[in-house]
Amino acid sequence: MSANPADARPAGASASPLLAVNDLVVEIPTRRGTLRPVDGASFRIEAGEIVGVVGESGAGKSITGAAIIGLLERPARIAGGEVVLAGEHLEGLSESALRKVRGGRVGTVFQDPSTSLNPLLTVGDQLAETAALHLGLGRRAARERALAALVDVGIPAAAERLDAYPHEFSGGMRQRVVIALALIGEPELVIADEPTTALDVSVQAQVLTLLRRLCTERGTGVMLVTHDMGVIAEVTDRTVVLYAGRVAETGPTPDVLTRPAHPYTEGLVASTPTPAAGAAEGRRLHQIPGAMPGLLAIPPGCAFHPRCPHAMAVCREKRPPPVITGRTETRCWLHVEGEGK
Amino acid sequence: MKAAADTLVEVRGLTRRFDVSAPWLNRVVQRESKRFLTAVESVDMDVRRGTTYALVGESGSGKSTIAKLVLGLISPTSGSVRIDGIDLAAGDARANAALRRRVQMIFQDPYASLNPRWRVGEIVGEPIEAFELAPDARSRSLRVGELLEQVGLAAADAAKFPHQFSGGQRQRIGIARALASEPEFIVCDEPTSALDVSVQAQVLNLMRDLQAELGLTYLFITHDLSVVRYMADTVGVLYLGRLVESAPRETLFTAPAHPYTRMLLDAAPRLDGFGREHPTDVGEAPDPIDRPSGCHYHPRCPYRVPECETSYPDVRAFGGRLVACREARRVIEAPAVAPAPASGPESASGPEVADASGRR
Repeated sequence: MSANPADARPAGASASPLLAVNDLVVEIPTRRGTLRPVDGASFRIEAGEIVGVVGESGAGKSITGAAIIGLLERPARIAGGEVVLAGEHLEGLSESALRKVRGGRVGTVFQDPSTSLNPLLTVGDQLAETAALHLGLGRRAARERALAALVDVGIPAAAERLDAYPHEFSGGMRQRVVIALALIGEPELVIADEPTTALDVSVQAQVLTLLRRLCTERGTGVMLVTHDMGVIAEVTDRTVVLYAGRVAETGPTPDVLTRPAHPYTEGLVASTPTPAAGAAEGRRLHQIPGAMPGLLAIPPGCAFHPRCPHAMAVCREKRPPPVITGRTETRCWLHVEGEGK
Repeated sequence: MKAAADTLVEVRGLTRRFDVSAPWLNRVVQRESKRFLTAVESVDMDVRRGTTYALVGESGSGKSTIAKLVLGLISPTSGSVRIDGIDLAAGDARANAALRRRVQMIFQDPYASLNPRWRVGEIVGEPIEAFELAPDARSRSLRVGELLEQVGLAAADAAKFPHQFSGGQRQRIGIARALASEPEFIVCDEPTSALDVSVQAQVLNLMRDLQAELGLTYLFITHDLSVVRYMADTVGVLYLGRLVESAPRETLFTAPAHPYTRMLLDAAPRLDGFGREHPTDVGEAPDPIDRPSGCHYHPRCPYRVPECETSYPDVRAFGGRLVACREARRVIEAPAVAPAPASGPESASGPEVADASGRR
């Protein structure tokens, strides 16, 4: 059907994707038992592709991002599965090896720009330091690179702002600086965890467009973690829907949003308010009953079954296997031959 | 301007300034003058009984200050708030106390707004006790059970503590508490922005059901225009303390007349906006302490004319809405920035009907 095999087989047809996460399991041992915030998550990101990871609080999206770059806080640990960045396994690397990966091969953008920037150093110094460290540039070249990076992210009067401190920037401009910092080491992959959640909507639109433009131009893959289905629609190429640490559905974004195969995806899309036409007067929002389960009480079988309008007996007992549904891949018994409708 | 008889809340010329000066000695040493932040300026609103008025604005727009002014938690620098004809600032203690029962609020953060050491029954029962709405403890606890069931919880939940509930359930507890004093008017300050979308939908639907059932009037404060389309009858858009546009909901969404409203609508992410690009040089709202001269939006405005830099435009009635913009007609008639293809029947009927009805 499609000329691009990666589209036709969303489960990951590319022989060597930029990032492959296979059956990732993150465990947190506690006195009340072992928690599994990520439980068998698999997905891939190709070079130049923006993959959205979406889900509600507690779905495990941020912790998946943290696990990929080795930023899990103890006692959380990777208990199984693999994280492969351009052929190299990251899951067993030492802290010092991971530190080289972060900022160099993988850039990060977090929700709160003030936590990513050192308040005591000028923006130019921070950018230049990263450029010098990861690109091996000299002082002058690093500073030139820092200036170019600020220009790229659309900071007005960049040459003068180079010697400003983070607090002298507005929230939106500060997040642009963080994006510049994430990209200055010429990373292959950027992990952006709710990069615009703290920003006003008009600023969010600008920052996301910028992030996408820069990464597409440079062939940088992006893992965009968000809870906002509208952001997913506008920014990402493919979407991974997480529920209770498991991948519910994954595929090209337009397919996932317009023809969702998993009841959770369907519910998420339908419950998202939109200012666009169609939200006619008096229409109620679709609601998903209940709430995301706590990590101590993940239901057996399909974790979504207590909230699912289509739950069957098998859903309560066995975890659903991945099934190809059109251009997406879904884990739902409804689509398993001989089980669903 | 005289309010209609069915107006429950009437706000006129509401202005609030805050003194944000450095301490006295610093000012003397650094030769600084006093500095003021005008959080709210000349705001007029009429909230009709049984309807929802949504106030929309980004950070620093003054929306939470208006909430506090309307609730009487802070007093205005000038202007007035009248609820059912009673002026909060008139200082009639008995009238204000009576009003307090009829006006309640729902807060943004369901984790911070419930006392963690109190059982749910005590939290919801407190207003009943304070306003002496139940003759004895037994009928009070019956009433608490009724309220909890009304918001979709169980009567037995009264014995639990807030930490035993999820975010959405806590917000339901907050709603039950607000309903406990049998109010007519509820100020809701970002009631769902801390919630996930599926849970947000539950809470918004509940709020609408309660409104229909109890005839409640809401002042709904939010930064999220998408939510407004499901909740509001009338929408007011705030920018740096000023109401730049107020209109019936569909008028505002289908034909925004202020450039700022229009920009907000365009910027909101859409479920059908696959691959949509946004302009990256729109800038952001400046510091409210240093508002630009004239129309505060002029530095960001693509429609500005020279006068916008020097004087604030008059608020004009324009096709069913009030708008503070000289170029409102041009804004309304400008083509949509990013018309989404195939986004349902409404968008298809919008501009095309206008064409068919005789512009050509």
